[in-house]
Amino acid sequence: MAHAQRPSQLFRNLSAKIAAIPMIFTALVVFVGGTLWTITYSFTGSKLLPKKIFEWFDLFSIPVPSWIAKDGALDFSIPVGFVEKSFVGLKQYDRLWGENRWLISIENLFIYGICSLIFSLLIGFILAALLDQKIRFENTFRTILLYPFALSFIVTGLVWQWLLNPEFGVQSVIRDLGWSGFTFDPLYNAEIVIFGILFAGLWQGTGFIMCLMLAGLRGIDEDIWKAARVDGIPMWKTYIFIVIPMMRPVFITTLVIIAAGIVKVYDLVVAQTSGGPGIASEVPAKYVYDKMFQAQNLGQGFAASTMMLLSVMIVLIPWAYLEFGGKKKNG
Amino acid sequence: MSFMKTGLAAAAAFAFATSAQAVDLEVTHWWTSGGEAAAVAEFAKAFNEGTDHNWVDGAIAGGGGTARPVMISRITGGDPMGATQFNHGRQAEELVEAGLMLDLTELAEAEGWKDIVHPSALLDSCTLDGRIYCVPVNIHSWQWIWLSHEAFEKAGTAVPTNWDEFVAAAPKVREAGMVPLAMGNQAWQSAGAFGVMTVAIAGVDAWSAVTIDKNADVAAGPEFAKVFQAAADARALREGSNVQDWNQATNMVITGQAGGQIMGDWAQGEFQVAGQVAGEDYTCLPGLGVNEIISTGGDAFYFPKNEDPAVEAAQLELASLMLSKEVQVNFNLKKGSLPVRGDVDLTAANDCMKKGLAILADGNILPDGNQTLSPDTQGQIEDLMTEFWADNAITAEDAQARYAAIIADAD
Repeated sequence: MAHAQRPSQLFRNLSAKIAAIPMIFTALVVFVGGTLWTITYSFTGSKLLPKKIFEWFDLFSIPVPSWIAKDGALDFSIPVGFVEKSFVGLKQYDRLWGENRWLISIENLFIYGICSLIFSLLIGFILAALLDQKIRFENTFRTILLYPFALSFIVTGLVWQWLLNPEFGVQSVIRDLGWSGFTFDPLYNAEIVIFGILFAGLWQGTGFIMCLMLAGLRGIDEDIWKAARVDGIPMWKTYIFIVIPMMRPVFITTLVIIAAGIVKVYDLVVAQTSGGPGIASEVPAKYVYDKMFQAQNLGQGFAASTMMLLSVMIVLIPWAYLEFGGKKKNG
Repeated sequence: MSFMKTGLAAAAAFAFATSAQAVDLEVTHWWTSGGEAAAVAEFAKAFNEGTDHNWVDGAIAGGGGTARPVMISRITGGDPMGATQFNHGRQAEELVEAGLMLDLTELAEAEGWKDIVHPSALLDSCTLDGRIYCVPVNIHSWQWIWLSHEAFEKAGTAVPTNWDEFVAAAPKVREAGMVPLAMGNQAWQSAGAFGVMTVAIAGVDAWSAVTIDKNADVAAGPEFAKVFQAAADARALREGSNVQDWNQATNMVITGQAGGQIMGDWAQGEFQVAGQVAGEDYTCLPGLGVNEIISTGGDAFYFPKNEDPAVEAAQLELASLMLSKEVQVNFNLKKGSLPVRGDVDLTAANDCMKKGLAILADGNILPDGNQTLSPDTQGQIEDLMTEFWADNAITAEDAQARYAAIIADAD
C-alpha cells in the first residue's frame, strides 16, 4: 500500500483501474490483436483455413535436466530460423483491386455514404427542430418517427423490397390509380439501385438521428432563445448561427454513429437485392463475407477487410487529430 | 446445389451421450424443402430402426451457401457434429487435409466400396492420398432443360428436341407473350446454366480442357467463343423472368408462362408435386438434347473426428448404412436423384430419371464443377456470370476474356 508517502500516479483510483482491466484486456486482444492478426494473414494465400506465413524450425533442442522434468518431455527448443510457408506478398491486394465487383462495391459505399451522411443529418435535424416547437402530441410523433429504428435491417430491407417491387409495390398502386405509364422500379435498375437501398436506410435511421438532435436542442438554454428573440434575430438565423455551433458535441457523436453504420452496411443489401441486379448493389462488407465463407478464400477476405479498415482510418485519424490534438494545446 | 428454400431448422440438441452403446448422433445438412426433408427422413428412419443409436436432425435452412459456413465453423471451432453433408468435391478438401475428418478407408475396404460405387469418380472425390473420407449418397446432374408443352402449344410450334430448335422457336414464344427462357436471378443458377451450355456447345473435350486441366488458351479459344455467343443470345431470351429462386423459375415452366428452364434434375421434384407427367405436360432433354451426357455431382456425408470411441463406432455404422441397397433406393426415390450404386432396382423411377439412369449406365458422364474447381474459382465465375447475365452492355468477347483470366489463375 502506497499510502504513506505521495501516492504514485499508477495506484491512484486503483479500484477503478482494476475494474477496467477486463475491458482493457478485451480491447487489446479483440480489437488490436484481432486486427493485427487479420492484416498479417491478408498477406498469405489462406483458403478455408488460415495458413501460417512462415514456420519456425529448430536446429537443436536442449534437453531439460531430469531433475526438472522427469521424462524429458519439456525439451527446451530454440527457434533459430524459419521457412516461408504461405507468404504471397501483395497478391491478394493486387487481385482485389483488379476485381470489378470490389470496385463497384467501393463506388456504392461512397455514394451511399455521402448521401446517407448528408440526408440523415439534414432530415434528422429538421424533424428535431419541428418537434422542438412545443407542438401537441410530441410524444406520439416522436414514437412514430423512432419506430423504424426498432426493426432490424433485414426486416426493413424486406419491407422496402416489397414496396419497391414493380409488381406489388408503389408502381402497381399508382398504375392502378390510372397512370398506366408510371415506372418506378429502383431495385431493378442497375443505375439507381443504390438509391433504393439508401431510401430504406434513411427510413430506418433518421428517427434515431432525430432523437439525438432533439436531445441536443433540449440542452440549449431557454435564455439563449429569449435573448435572440429580444435582439430580433429570425428563427432560422438563430438555428444556423447560434444553436448549431453550440450543438457541436452532439453533431460529432451523431457523425460517428452514422459513419459506423455506413461502413458496415450489409444486411440491408442482402435483404433488399442480394447485390443485384447483377452486381450493381454490392458493398464491401458483403464482398468480405462472401469471399471468406462462401468462396473459402480467407486471404482475399482479409485483404478486403483490411482495405475497409484503412478507409475508416483515413477518415478517423484526421478527425481524431483535430479533435484531441487541438485540446492538448489549449489545456 | 444450394436450394434456397424457407424452412424451419430443427433445433439442434447435441448431447453426445458417452454412456454404453446408444449414441445421439447429430447430422447436419441443408435439405429443408418438402422432397428433401422426406428423403433425409429415410436416412433417419433407417438409422433409428437399424441401429441402437439415435439420429439427431440438424437441418440448417437457407441452402448450402448459408449452411456450409456454419458447419465449417463448428468443425474448426472444436464442436464437431456426428456427420455432415457437403457436395462431394473440393468443399471440404482443406478440412480433410487438416485432419479434421474421420478416415473411412478400413470400412470402405471391408465393404468393397470400390466395387459398388458407380461411377467410381464419386469415390475418387472422397479420396485424398489414397484414403477415403466421405460417403457419396446420390448423383445430381445439371445437364437438363425442362420444356413446357403448354407454352409451345400456345406459341404454335412443336416442342423442341434440342437447343438449336429451342433458340429457333424462341421468337414465337416471345410473340405469344411468354418468356422463352426462365432463369432465377441467383448467381449459382446463371453460372450453372452457363456450365450446361458449355458442355452442350463446346463439347466435352473443350470442357475438360478448361474445367479439369485449367487450360486458359482453350477458354479464350473459338469453341468457348461460341458458348459465350450462345449465352449472350440466351441472355436476351431470359429477359422478363424477374424471379429469384430456382423453383419460382421452374414454376413459370410448369404454369406455361415460360418456354423452358436450364436446371438440374432436382427440378423434376417440382413437376411431380404439381402433378405433371413427363412426356405429356413437360419434356426433359439431357445435355440440352445436343450431347446426351450428365455430370455426376451430388451430395456426400463427411464424419468429423470425435474423441469418443462410441461416437466413432456410431459414425461408421451410419456410413455403412447410407450405402446399403435399401437405403439408397428409398432415399433417392424421394430425392429424385440417382443412386450411387448401379446394382439397385429402380423400377419406380419416372421417365426423366430413367433417361438419366440409361445415360449413367452407358458411362456418358462428367465430373461436376464442384469436383474440379475450388470454391474460390467457382465464386469468381459466379461473380462474372451474375454480371454478364444482368448487364447487356458486357459483350460476349469481354466476358470470355475475363473468364479466361479466371481460369488462368485457377488453383
